[in-house]
Amino acid sequence: MAAGPMKMRATLAGSYTDVRVLMTHPMETGQRKDAEGKLVPLHFIQNLTVKVNGRTVIEGQTSQAVSRNPVFSFRLRGGAKGDKIEVSWLDNQGETNSTETAVA
Amino acid sequence: MNPLRRALLGVAAALLLKPFAALAAWHKEAFGAKSAPDALKSLGVANAAPSQDVVIEAPQIAENGAVVPVEITSNVKGTTSILVLIDKNPFPLVGKFDFAEGALPFIKVNLKMGETSDVRVLAEAGGKHYFATREIKVTIGGCGG
Repeated sequence: MAAGPMKMRATLAGSYTDVRVLMTHPMETGQRKDAEGKLVPLHFIQNLTVKVNGRTVIEGQTSQAVSRNPVFSFRLRGGAKGDKIEVSWLDNQGETNSTETAVA
Repeated sequence: MNPLRRALLGVAAALLLKPFAALAAWHKEAFGAKSAPDALKSLGVANAAPSQDVVIEAPQIAENGAVVPVEITSNVKGTTSILVLIDKNPFPLVGKFDFAEGALPFIKVNLKMGETSDVRVLAEAGGKHYFATREIKVTIGGCGG
């Protein structure tokens, strides 16, 4: 399975903004074998970035131990309707993707 | 000062002063470490103190090790970074998350666990590290097959 689209939702939740983002990604550990018994090579997200109105607020580095098709939840201090949230990732094979949404 | 030396110093300075906005390189050594102490050592973490302000919410028993929901909150004032490790995974370090002003030190994500293990979370604040652990029992591992 190749890496695919992302989905994101950002909602005001009182004193913070709740950001939920789905990244379609196989997150292969390099230990799993395919139907023919061959090891499936390591393929996982290594870096992710969360930006609010163009400013980086969270930088993450991750290992292959994050589950397949990761769903991350983050919380941002305060926030206002219409704030632009942008999340991007980069994996160990150089694939990358990003998505953006406005706080609802 | 000769031009080459000046250029090299410039590169060194640029690396040292790299702004937060630039993507931090993936910490290969720490992520490749095969024990939690080795991973922490290569991240320069020493003398972490246990703290009840580091909160790990997770099930006591995870039926499927491939999808273990873990929610982490640091109530340590001034938390700038959170490290997540699963002691008994083949490569214990799972993630390093850096928070700038505007983000709360909180993460929720599903993780893979090979077997029953402590999940270890460290919060960094003011150059000091605080940690909490929580054991999660796994009935079916989630690293291979």
